[in-house]
Amino acid sequence: MKQLNAILEGVGSVVQLMMSALSYTATLPRQSARFIEQCYLIGYTTLPIVAILSFFIGTVLALEAGYAMQDFGAKEFIGSLVGLSMARELGPMMTSVLLAGRVGSAIAAELASMKVYQEIDALTTMNIPAAKILVLPRLAAVLVMMPVLLIIANIVGWFGGSVVARYVHYVGISPEAYFAALRHYTKFKDVINGMEKAEVFGFVVVLVCCDIGLNTKGGPREIGAAVTRAVVVSLVLILVLDYFVTKILL
Amino acid sequence: MELSCSKTRNPFTGAEANAVGVTVDHVSKSYGEGQVLKDVSFAVEPGEIFVIMGPSGSGKSVLLRHIAGLELPSAGTIRIDGKDPTLEETRERVRVALVFQAGALFNSLSVYDNLALYPREHRIGDDKAIDQRVMHALKILSVEDAARKFPAELSGGMKKRVSIARALVMEPQLLLYDEPTSELDPVMSATISEIIGTLKNEYSVTSIVVTHDRALALTISNRVGLLMEGELITLGTPADLKQSKDPRIVDFLNPRIDIKHPRFKKLESPEPKETKETT
Repeated sequence: MKQLNAILEGVGSVVQLMMSALSYTATLPRQSARFIEQCYLIGYTTLPIVAILSFFIGTVLALEAGYAMQDFGAKEFIGSLVGLSMARELGPMMTSVLLAGRVGSAIAAELASMKVYQEIDALTTMNIPAAKILVLPRLAAVLVMMPVLLIIANIVGWFGGSVVARYVHYVGISPEAYFAALRHYTKFKDVINGMEKAEVFGFVVVLVCCDIGLNTKGGPREIGAAVTRAVVVSLVLILVLDYFVTKILL
Repeated sequence: MELSCSKTRNPFTGAEANAVGVTVDHVSKSYGEGQVLKDVSFAVEPGEIFVIMGPSGSGKSVLLRHIAGLELPSAGTIRIDGKDPTLEETRERVRVALVFQAGALFNSLSVYDNLALYPREHRIGDDKAIDQRVMHALKILSVEDAARKFPAELSGGMKKRVSIARALVMEPQLLLYDEPTSELDPVMSATISEIIGTLKNEYSVTSIVVTHDRALALTISNRVGLLMEGELITLGTPADLKQSKDPRIVDFLNPRIDIKHPRFKKLESPEPKETKETT
C-alpha cells in the first residue's frame, strides 16, 4: 500500500511538473540561449556514443541474422531485418537508453545538486519557477534532438549491418543486395513510427529525471541516490512504455 | 496587530514604496514526531531590523524559511503585508529576498549573471539598465571586481556579500538573512553587520536576521526574539535582553564554562570497571 502511494505520488508529481513547464511555453523564444545549450548537451554530446553503439548493433544484427538464415537460403533478407529492427525498435530503444544513462543522469545530478544546495529555494524566493527555466528548455531540446539522434542511429546501424553482410564470409551479400532488401521492406512509415517512439521515450526520460532531481531531499549523499533512481526509473519506463506505444502504433 | 506605515527607498531608482510588516501568529512546525517550532508569535514592524537569536538547532532557520514562504507551517499563520508568503501572487506583489546561510549562489553562473538573473527574468529594464543595476549593487557591497568570477572562485565572505548584492538587486521590501556572519572572521562579521545596518538606514528595508552571533544581534537590531528549543522565550529591545534576569537568557548571552553543568556530563570519564585480578 505504501509503495502504491509512493508510485501514485510520483506520477502526480511528474504530471504536475509537465503541466507547469508547458504553461510557460510562450516564454521559450526568450529562452533561446538555454534551449540551444540544452540541444548541445542532449544532442551533440550524445551523438558519438549513439553512433558507436548503433554501428555495433547493426553489425550484431547482421551477424546473427546471417548465421540463422544461411540454413534457409534467406540471406538476401538480412537487409530487411536489420532495416526494420533498427527503424522500428532498436534505434529508438537504444537511443533512449543512452539518453537516460548519459543525459538523464546528468540532469538528475545537476537539479538534485541545485536542490540540496538551496539554489532551487533561491529561485523560488526570486519568483522564478524552476519549471520555466530548468525544465521547459530541456523538454523542448529533447523533442528537437531525439529525431536527429535517431536518424543518425538508423543510418549508422544500417551501414554497420552492410559491412558485416559484405565482409563476413558466411553471410557474403553485396551492399547493393543488402540495401535493396532494406529499401524494399523498410517503409517511411516504419521510420516515422520509430521517431514517434523516440519522442515519447525522450520526453518521459527528461521529465522524470527533472522531477526526481527537483524533489531530492537531504544532504549531498542524496544526489547520488537521486541519479541512480532517475536512471533506473527511466529504464523501466522505457521498457514498459515500449510495449504500449508499439501496440498503439502497430 | 496593527503595523505602522513607513516607506522604503529603492536603492537603484530612489523611488519610495510602502515598507512591509510581518506577522507570525501561533506558528508550530513538526517533522514526523519532532516538533521544531512551538506556538511562535510575533510581529515585525515595517522598516525595522528584527533579530531572531538562539542556540544552534533551536529552529531559527526553519522559522525564516516559513517567513520566506518555502515551507508550510503545521499550525498557525504567517502574513507578509497581510498576505500568505507561500502563494505565487504574494511573491508577485511583495518582493521578499532571502540571503541564505551558504549563499545559494547559482554555481553555473558568474557573479554578474547571478545578480542579473532576477531583472532579466522579470524584464526589469533593458540590458543597459540591468547592467547599471547589477554593477551598482556590487559596488554597494564592494565586490564589483568579482563580477566575472564564478561562485567557486570566491571566499566565504565574498559569497555572503554577493548573496546580499543579489538580494538587493531584487529591490526587496523585506530582506531575510540566515546566519549572515557564520563562518566569517571578526572583521568580515563587522563588515556584514555594517552592511545590514546601512541597508536599513539608507533604504528602510524591513529586515529579519537569524543569528546566534550576540554582537551582531545586540548591535544592529531594533528588537530581538530569543528562540530556544522551538519556543520564543523572550521578545524585546537589545537593552531589555541585556537587563533580563531569566537564567536562560543570561546563560545564552554570557555563557560560562562550568564543568559541573549537566551539558558536560558526557565528557566526564566513566567509572573504572572492576576487573578480576590475575595472579
